[in-house]
Amino acid sequence: MKWVLVVVIVFATVASDLLQSHEMKRAGEQSVSVRGFRRLLREIAQRRLLILGVAGNAVSFFAFMALVQREPLSFAVPASSASFVLETVLAKFVLHERISARRAVGALIVLAGVVLVGG
Amino acid sequence: MSGTPRPARSLPTVLKTYAVLFLFLAFKAGGNTAMAWGMKHVPEKMSMDPTLYLHAFLNPFVALGVAALILSLLTRMALLSLADLSFVLPVTAIGYVISVFLGKMLLHETITHQRWLGTLLIFSGAVLVGTTSRNTTPSGGGTPSPSPSGGETE
Repeated sequence: MKWVLVVVIVFATVASDLLQSHEMKRAGEQSVSVRGFRRLLREIAQRRLLILGVAGNAVSFFAFMALVQREPLSFAVPASSASFVLETVLAKFVLHERISARRAVGALIVLAGVVLVGG
Repeated sequence: MSGTPRPARSLPTVLKTYAVLFLFLAFKAGGNTAMAWGMKHVPEKMSMDPTLYLHAFLNPFVALGVAALILSLLTRMALLSLADLSFVLPVTAIGYVISVFLGKMLLHETITHQRWLGTLLIFSGAVLVGTTSRNTTPSGGGTPSPSPSGGETE
């Protein structure tokens, strides 16, 4: 069960990361003042892909709630970093990016870390 | 994405970026810890039933954690608007180490050597992945192919 939740978290996080990063670059610089947050909320309301990104966050969030209830925080947080591995795989096979040796090694090290944390 | 080079950072922007980064890490780690503590005290096991989650929000620690994590989500969006993902990914990776540390100190979790090693591997791997040049789509030789990679490329 714990790995099912980890997989849900990882897929939802990756989808939401890609959408958010894409949309926020188009929205321009944001600030964290009260007025800044109001503008940020307006941006979220106006951009459909950003809403989808936030929905991905929500899915990963509920799965994370279920995970920390069953497992220690020191497993739940590191295990969700498997998103780096999925992002790298997606970049190669879906986006057809050239993956540098450095990035491939980094993703493999993360994977090894997740295996150790879960073991 | 746009292909235009970003202008050099002014000092206030750099300071603002690090202030937002600090806020993000504090909200994220604090929120995770509060939520983990609260969830362990919610008697019903979470499943596909959404009402269970709504009921869990009534636990004050879960509510506090949710509030902090929402703030961390908004701060991270602000951070992404100030800095590239290739900066944001490696510097926020320290959050893994902070969370394991807080799990040990505040939630009294037992962290085996194997788990510490795994966490440190994840941190270093995340830094390696995050600091990779994002310009990885084959675009040399003057072929102006539209990049399908969203926010991942410059």
